[in-house]
Amino acid sequence: MSVNAPPRPKPETEHPSGDPRFKLIDRTLKRLQHRQDSLIEVLHTAQEAFGYLDDDVLIYAAQQLKLPLSWVYGVATFYHFFSLKPGGEHTCIVCLGTACYVKKSGEILAALEKEFGIKPGQTTADKKLSLAQARCVGSCGLAPVVVIDGGVHGREMANETVARVRAALAHVAAPAAGEPAA
Amino acid sequence: MLKTPPSPLEAAPAPANGRDPQLHQLADLADWRAALTAADQPNQPAITVCGGTGCRVYGSERVCQALQRELAARGDGRPVRVTGCHGFCERGPLVVLHPQRLMYTRVKPEDAAEIAAATVDGGRVLDRLLYTEPQSGARLPYETEVPFYKHQHRLVLDLNGTLDPLSLADYVAAGGYAALAKALALTPAAVIAEVKASGLRGRGGAGFPTGQKWDLCRRQPGDVKYVICNADEGDPGAYMDRSIMEGNPHRVLEGMLIGAYAIGARRGFVYIRNEYPLAVKHLRAAIAQAEARGLLGENILGSGFDFRVSVRLGSGAFVCGEETALMASIEGRVGEPRPRPPYPAEAGLWGKPTNINNVKSWAAVPLILANGADWYAQLGTPTSKGTLIFSVVGKINNTGLVEVPLGISLRRLIFDIGGGIPGGKAFKAAQIGGPSGGCIPAEHLDTSIDYESLTALGAIVGSGGLVVADEDTCMVDFARYFMQFTQEESCGKCVPCRVGTQAMLATLERICAGHGQPGDVDYLLELGEMIKRSSLCGLGQTAPNPVLSTLRYFRAEYDAHILHKRCPAKVCKGLITYAIQPERCSGCQVCLRNCPAGAIHGAKQQIHTIDPAVCTRCGLCQSVCKFDAVTVN
Ligand SMILES: Cc1cc2nc3c(=O)[nH]c(=O)nc-3n(C[C@H](O)[C@H](O)[C@H](O)COP(=O)(O)O)c2cc1C
Ligand code: SF4
Ligand code: FES
Repeated sequence: MSVNAPPRPKPETEHPSGDPRFKLIDRTLKRLQHRQDSLIEVLHTAQEAFGYLDDDVLIYAAQQLKLPLSWVYGVATFYHFFSLKPGGEHTCIVCLGTACYVKKSGEILAALEKEFGIKPGQTTADKKLSLAQARCVGSCGLAPVVVIDGGVHGREMANETVARVRAALAHVAAPAAGEPAA
Repeated sequence: MLKTPPSPLEAAPAPANGRDPQLHQLADLADWRAALTAADQPNQPAITVCGGTGCRVYGSERVCQALQRELAARGDGRPVRVTGCHGFCERGPLVVLHPQRLMYTRVKPEDAAEIAAATVDGGRVLDRLLYTEPQSGARLPYETEVPFYKHQHRLVLDLNGTLDPLSLADYVAAGGYAALAKALALTPAAVIAEVKASGLRGRGGAGFPTGQKWDLCRRQPGDVKYVICNADEGDPGAYMDRSIMEGNPHRVLEGMLIGAYAIGARRGFVYIRNEYPLAVKHLRAAIAQAEARGLLGENILGSGFDFRVSVRLGSGAFVCGEETALMASIEGRVGEPRPRPPYPAEAGLWGKPTNINNVKSWAAVPLILANGADWYAQLGTPTSKGTLIFSVVGKINNTGLVEVPLGISLRRLIFDIGGGIPGGKAFKAAQIGGPSGGCIPAEHLDTSIDYESLTALGAIVGSGGLVVADEDTCMVDFARYFMQFTQEESCGKCVPCRVGTQAMLATLERICAGHGQPGDVDYLLELGEMIKRSSLCGLGQTAPNPVLSTLRYFRAEYDAHILHKRCPAKVCKGLITYAIQPERCSGCQVCLRNCPAGAIHGAKQQIHTIDPAVCTRCGLCQSVCKFDAVTVN
């Protein structure tokens, strides 16, 4: 190391930024012995730690696994799960799987798009809400299904979902997770 | 004060405690089972609460805690446990009292006190929580008499409603890993002969005979071989694989162990959807338990056979369910399919011989080994043996997970088990096999569900997703939906699929928007056949199926859209208008307040009107109107 190099703020992390979240990535790298075929696992860890994969993270993964950046970028953009943009504070996912679609989840999505002025994959300008669509969250018995901040809600109606999302944004207690109808 | 028990669903996997023995040889397993079953009185009372995805959303976890608290307060020692999915998602949360199998439906935490007081203490049945048969109004107390269960044949799902999925001891006490012990005492060739004789065919879609596939892989030279469990469950609207992994993960592992032994593999992978966190957790816990006991690792049960399993997370790409794409993904690459041959059995993961099976195929294997091939082959038709697991969803009364013998008629599945169509609507079609499959219309309801009959009708058995469409479902829109799905999921590697699905989708979108032209149908047919013939992988080869099959049975609906600019099911937004019927409108302003487009006018107590130029046809007004005054034309 050159004498002029700035001292590393946190020597225990391999990443020069000192961001401790990189340590989580390092742990996965170590567990999987820096094998190149562990790229997807590494990206999973990174996305979990950072919420999304920014350039810095992709470059770091490429360096550590000795893979071309284009390769890492190719993998990160191929899979829907990985996101290269930060999401909003809250997320609302509308399931558009077949079971939900025939129970009109498309109308729920349309109502949300209208209400919050964003399309699936977008985040509101104030960074409060991200809207997303899912292929099927595996709760088809409850169709139509929405997932708000990780909580699954079944047998939804468009106006109910809009109210739930508004409540989540306002940090007030959302209506209890759907109780079975009588 | 009573301590709140830890959440049964979030409880960490039971650490290997001192009482669970290390299993060094076959006899140790048998001894452990004997000890476990001796301690257990047969027909001992117990309460199980369904922990399937549906019941969980409706608070089954809290129901379980409430029941545990009630029983603890009484000093009643009977176990109360959360199990995997019982299947009857429509009526959840479900609580079953054993040994009678008394079933309570739609149970809330507040009901726990009454269940404890009346049923546990007093032996009285609480009528209000029983399942009520919609037609007769009869209340049916026992699980076994409810039509949803009565007509099923639960083999693979049998333990889902009784086991604690996080307990290896539960599984072993119920006979778990006995099939592995049996297999290890046989030669690999004999194990394969048994699986071949059972007639088991792959449950992941293509229906390839499982025993034959294993044999192909076993005969390959080399000592490094792999087995993979395909748990990517890509069909949107299906959750059978998820429920098996959540409810009985050890059965999947046992199947993989038996297969690996037969094939000569020492390493296995479970490729599982990232969207299924609970399944991932249960499977990881099961692997850790099996490793701790010596059921995974080196020299398993003293047989000299070594096997280890790892979990790999899917990352949201439908095409990764295709076997060659899945293997690319396990290798950390972009999940693009490659041409076959070479088949995975010859050159699979890292170029080594690899055997890949679906979750349901693996889970059937222990049953076959334990009970014998003849037992399994009793069920089914001459060419399709055993049982199939379907997730039955859509416009059906009893949404849920069912297991039926192959050869059952679609009518029995939909009407006897599924309870028919809600709201007195007419059945229109059942889509089987998801985006790769086709639909079966009412005139073929008596078809036997087996590989050959469904293929003859232009559908497939597929992986087990079954979506019911009723008279309110537009089949053109349904076909458009699937085409949009496959178009978005096409990996883009080959032209017919990448460009062809786009062209088909654009045509369908035009038809749904009301701009269809004569000749569109012929174009769809021609393009569909071309894509099927020339695509590289199964995704492209099957992508046109939903369109071709709806064209085969519902041509008139296409014609109505294209020639008469009408959507008979009143779904396609470009072809419908909403209106308020003056004689029904009470002027309550509910629709006006809810309309997101501001298209409704009218003062309080005055008849309202919808401005068709502003209306976005979202249908919200119709769903909120209490007087049924909003109609669609
Ligand atoms: C586009 C596509 C998606 C698939 N998705 C799945 C899936 O989600 N689960 C599955 O088990 N098989 C899926 N398959 C089938 C697999 O390629 C493979 O045939 C299967 O896992 C073999 O297992 P089996 O013999 O037990 O059926 C898919 C195939 C294609 C072409
Ligand atoms: S058929 Fe479609 S999904 Fe399959 S390889 Fe070609 S482009 Fe990719
Ligand atoms: S289709 Fe929506 S959860 Fe499966």
